This record gives sequence, C-alpha cells and structure tokens, in this order.
Amino acid sequence: MKSYVRRYPNTWWLNKSSYFFFMVREFTSIFVAGYCVFLVYFIYKLSQGPDAYYALIEALKSPLSIALHVIVFIFAVYHSITWFKLTPKIMILRIGEEQIPSFLISGANFFAWVVVSAILAWIISVV
Amino acid sequence: MGGRVRYPGLDNLGGIRMSKSNEPIWWSLFAAGGVVSAIFIPIFIVITGLILPSSLTGEEAFAFERIHEAAAHPIVRLLVFCLIVFPLFTFAHRFRSILADVGLMKIRPVISVFCYGFAIFGTIITAVVLWNLS
Repeated sequence: MKSYVRRYPNTWWLNKSSYFFFMVREFTSIFVAGYCVFLVYFIYKLSQGPDAYYALIEALKSPLSIALHVIVFIFAVYHSITWFKLTPKIMILRIGEEQIPSFLISGANFFAWVVVSAILAWIISVV
Repeated sequence: MGGRVRYPGLDNLGGIRMSKSNEPIWWSLFAAGGVVSAIFIPIFIVITGLILPSSLTGEEAFAFERIHEAAAHPIVRLLVFCLIVFPLFTFAHRFRSILADVGLMKIRPVISVFCYGFAIFGTIITAVVLWNLS
C-alpha cells in the first residue's frame, strides 16, 4: 500500500503571512542555537585563563558583536513570546469544571520571564 | 496550519523505521529547550551584548576572578549545561522540520541524523568544556 503524500510548493510559507510568521518562529531556533554555541565558546575562553577571557571581553565590545547580539535578541524574544502564547494550548489547567483562561497561563509565564530575567541580570551583572 | 504540513509522518521519525516510542524523547528535549530558551536566553543576550560591553554595572562585575569562580561552581556548571544543551535539541527538532517543509522531505533520514547528531555532538562538547573549567 502506498501512502498518500499531499503535494505543495516549497514556497508555501510565502503565500500567507501567518505561514510566514510560523516559519520565522521556527527559524528563531537557529539564532538561539547559535548563541548557545557562543556560550560554549565563552566558557572555553574562561577556562583558558584571564588573557583569553579578557580578549573575548574586548571582542564583545566591538560594533559587530553588538549588532549580532541585537539581531539574535530580536529572534530570541520572538521565540519567547510565541512560546508563552503556545503554552496554554499545550497545558490545559482546570479548577474543578472550570478551565483556567489561557491569558492567565500566558500571563503567568510572561510575569515569570520578567522576574527571572531581572533576578539573573542582578546576580550576574551587579557586584 | 494543518498538522499534515507541519509534521508529516511524525510517528516515523525521519523515515527511519524506529519504534514509535522514540518520538516522545525527542519531543521532551525539544520542549525543555523551548522553555529554557524562552525564559533564560534573552537576558543572557542582554548581559553579553549590552550590559557587559557598556560596563553599565562597572568593570569589576565581569572581572575574570568573579565570573570564573561563579561559573566553576558545580551547581552553576550543571545549570549552564542545561542552558546550552536543551536549546540545541529545540534547534534540531525545528531545523529538521524546516528542511522537510521547504521540500527536502525525501532525504529526511539524513536530515534527522544530521540535526540530532549535531545536538548530541554539541552536548558532548559542552560537557567537556564545562568539565575542564576549574
């Protein structure tokens, strides 16, 4: 038996804005993974000693590095927003018969995101 | 968006005949990475891309001794491991779908091996680098 494969053009995601933004959401993972590779590099330089570490810190001050960070940040935040908006669709919570409204679940996620970010920024960046 | 377009033949991972119970493992890693990326990655980008280069909180905050001592702590190393590794599996899962979605359906087995292979390779490298940090 041969299974049915629906044919569609490879550019299907350009035909409709919702498809396009779906694809953007999927592409965010490339930028986030790229940043993770950078984090490994950061740790590696840290393990090499002060000279290697400070050379990297200097490189981080370059306009190119800052520009890359801005681009990656935009995609990372887009991932965060889409992820939190998806959460209530996957995680359905009920109190008795009542289903907890999705905006509460998303809202709790957004709130936790902001709080965790503030705490981390404080712990890491402030002596 | 029909699931048909998004995850065609999901139960048959990458066209490789594997037991159907394999997918939940990859999906769990994907989901864990999604959560980790969503909550923690943006602030790290702000720190290494804005706070650190601008010395917003002073030069001493990112002094070698301070960062090294903190990062070398076993629990911090474990957290950093999770921070780096899980998003790699989110990438693997999504990149595999992107390639299938733009018409590389026929070489799905190769794509799956390449994507998840990259994530596993990245996991090993991360473990080694963190292990050597001390």
